[in-house]
Amino acid sequence: MPELPVAWKPQAENVVFGKEVSRIDGVDKATGFAKYSADINTPGTLHGKLLQSPYAHARIKAIDVEAARKVPGVKAVYVFPDRAPRTNEETGEPIYFEIEHEGQPIAAVAAETSGQADDGLRAIKVVYEPLEFFVDEFHLPRAVELGRARPIRAAQQGDLEGAFKAAAHTITGMYGIQTISHMCLEPHGSHCEFTDGDHLTAHLSTQNVSGTPGQFASPLGLDAAKVHVSCDYMGGGFGSKFAADEWDIACAAMARDAQRPVKLMLDRATELNIPGSRPSAFAEITVAADADGKLVAWDSHHWGTSGPQGGTVAPTVMPYVFEPKNRRTRATGIVTNRGPDRAWRAPNHPQACALTQTAIDDLAAAIGVDPYDLFLKNLDLTWSATSRNPADKDIYAAELEIAAKLMDWKAKWHPRGEAGDGPVKTGLGLALHTWGGAAGRGTCTVAIHPDGTVETFSGTQDLGTGTRTALAVILAESFGLPYEKIKVHIGSSKYPMSGPSGGSTTIGGVSGPHRRAALKALGRIYDLVAAKHSVDAGTLTAANEQILSAGKPVCTWAEACSLLGPMKVEFQGEGPANDGLTSAQVGGVQMAEVAVDVETGVTKVVRYVAVQDIGTIVCREQAKSQVLGAMIMTIAYALSEERIMDNATGRFVNADLQHYKLPRIGDIGELIVEFYEPESQYKKGVIGLGEPPVISGGAAISNAVANAVGQRIPVLPLTPKRILDSLRS
Amino acid sequence: MARKRIVTARINGCEQSFLCEPRQTLLEVLRDELGMTGTKEGCSNGNCGACTVALNGRPVVSCLVLAVECDGTEIQTVEGLADKERLAPLQQCFLEQAALQCGICTPGFLVSASCLLKENAEPTEEEIRFYLAGNLCRCTGYDKIVKAVQAAAAAD
Ligand code: FES
Ligand code: FES
Repeated sequence: MPELPVAWKPQAENVVFGKEVSRIDGVDKATGFAKYSADINTPGTLHGKLLQSPYAHARIKAIDVEAARKVPGVKAVYVFPDRAPRTNEETGEPIYFEIEHEGQPIAAVAAETSGQADDGLRAIKVVYEPLEFFVDEFHLPRAVELGRARPIRAAQQGDLEGAFKAAAHTITGMYGIQTISHMCLEPHGSHCEFTDGDHLTAHLSTQNVSGTPGQFASPLGLDAAKVHVSCDYMGGGFGSKFAADEWDIACAAMARDAQRPVKLMLDRATELNIPGSRPSAFAEITVAADADGKLVAWDSHHWGTSGPQGGTVAPTVMPYVFEPKNRRTRATGIVTNRGPDRAWRAPNHPQACALTQTAIDDLAAAIGVDPYDLFLKNLDLTWSATSRNPADKDIYAAELEIAAKLMDWKAKWHPRGEAGDGPVKTGLGLALHTWGGAAGRGTCTVAIHPDGTVETFSGTQDLGTGTRTALAVILAESFGLPYEKIKVHIGSSKYPMSGPSGGSTTIGGVSGPHRRAALKALGRIYDLVAAKHSVDAGTLTAANEQILSAGKPVCTWAEACSLLGPMKVEFQGEGPANDGLTSAQVGGVQMAEVAVDVETGVTKVVRYVAVQDIGTIVCREQAKSQVLGAMIMTIAYALSEERIMDNATGRFVNADLQHYKLPRIGDIGELIVEFYEPESQYKKGVIGLGEPPVISGGAAISNAVANAVGQRIPVLPLTPKRILDSLRS
Repeated sequence: MARKRIVTARINGCEQSFLCEPRQTLLEVLRDELGMTGTKEGCSNGNCGACTVALNGRPVVSCLVLAVECDGTEIQTVEGLADKERLAPLQQCFLEQAALQCGICTPGFLVSASCLLKENAEPTEEEIRFYLAGNLCRCTGYDKIVKAVQAAAAAD
């Protein structure tokens, strides 16, 4: 028969695809059987630990590790590249390594016990020359004065001056959002072991199984083919785990030196500090509307820091989603001595949204209209993440309507500050977001055994999102089998290459290749069944562990597979492809209801609604969990979570889970997730969901607090102190 | 280095003796000496609950308990929750209610929740949230965990 057309099944025919299923790895996780990197304990494993800089900015004048080598139990000592002073060969001048932030690794030790590793670290002598440091990301003039500000990047369009002059309503305000850490509950790190002399197996907690062997190989002088990266289970990454990091290289180098396996996982303080943060952003914004409430002009200057690189939120995402015709955006990056940034769930978007849509909400308050109406009125000014072309405003309008119903917006909304006389004020806020989520690269091998067993091999990874389960569901739906019976092998660089899990590219990146491979397999099986049972291959389908012709059973799935011959047959899948299985561009609307105690400054999210479009849904329950998790992360960065840097010492003072405040199980209100899914969404194809739901809640919560207390609390997170300080000033 | 001590405890119903240094925590001994890596390390200073085990029936953060303190005690870890081949109802409910994502916090939540259900067979939602406040989850919807515990309470 001709090849089966590449498409998902008609929505009504799906049995498990898009339905609620349990995770196939849930039992392993709920029994403690699942092995994460830190759980690998091969015999003789040594404990690796890092020596880190106590200074935010310093030169290393000398390092002496000899005493550490003699400490009982210490088996290997490693000095990070370039840390030891060197001499410039041409000039004879000494070259000293410059520490750029507190916590930067200098050396590492591997020892029999954790205590002995600590003893080893204490025996290392480092002479530092402390230098001037700067960790203040908020005060732009000070950064400019100290030469810490990068040149302004600016973009302008339209007649700004004319538009502001002609506008009926204009507001100017200051807005901000602080730096946060990724704070994966499983820290970064690896277990490294050499076997057969120079073959490295690295159990690395990574979002990039297929891409990291080469990153180990090159600094260690190995062939990439001799490195095997394995990551069966991992405890979150959120954008911070794409690399074999320098401490992983240290771990592998010490394993090679000691000829023993070494495990080096970052401790919590280090995990909070060095392997990634989301840059802060602050802005001065002026925005104007005409008499109808139509946005006509925007002028913003934002600044912030990504750490020593001095980056800030990309000016291209400002203003966020709403784009008045006349606009100017300016951006200034600040070079600071704080731990560097890494991609954090939807890079740039949460900050840009928190700056932009708070200002627009303030404009609505100044005009005296419900922001719901103002947002609705301006939907024709929205852009989409994939193209910067106008967004589909009808989808936003529909999502606003759904969210408003779930929130009971029209009944509950009151003008800003009119929340009654009692000390606890309630308020509503909303915001909306956009994201791409196109499929990443991916390949897979689907093997079908003569007994009907199906397994797949793919060098992708499951960050906790449910990738493993999604693959089982796709193959199960394609072959008409129970999803629990599909054997899914992922998390190894020995499997067919699959792209890194970032930018919400994974689900599209793995689902397309798997469906394509499955359709190839089905085509082959249908031909064999048709020949054997004298039926038309074009009438065949697979369901209930059977092959059916025009709905009538012909043979069992296992009987059909036995026709493949005595050996398993493998089918390869590749992606992305332009065949409609996947696509890009999603959006969503979030609304928050908060209660603020104006005597204590404590804010509670009472109800929080997320409406999201996501194209074709693969695993409904896991998709919902993604949104719920994003909402809790949002409550965190909106109300309590931030890195606090000490300007006097240059240190990250709350780098522990007591003071780095994350919501606990009692700190969240009612969370409501609703997918916007008319038939047109199913037809769109699979699109990634990891990042979009974490974008707009910060602005929505800030807007709700402003609505409750009667004024903007300019900088997130809205801690009790910030709220009380603002109310009293 | 201080001399190692012998400690004897009932772990998941089996009496076990192990050697440990006085400075080793119960968490370190479980994971590094006894190979019981189901109990996770999230922070090592008592703030995340990933390392929760039941010590004489009470939930404790094993990163703050010295192993030498455990002589003569009864310890239950996540590995001891399932009854041979069958998951405990609480574990089953965690799966059915999708109360886990990456799963690294799950052992701690399960042990804490099992202690709760032993103390209080019919906890209110408020009591569940209060009891599990020491357990941190970075990725999942906490609500699903509450629902899983409620479902387990109803099933018993
Ligand atoms: S590891 Fe013990 S509480 Fe975090
Ligand atoms: S499921 Fe990942 S930390 Fe809880």
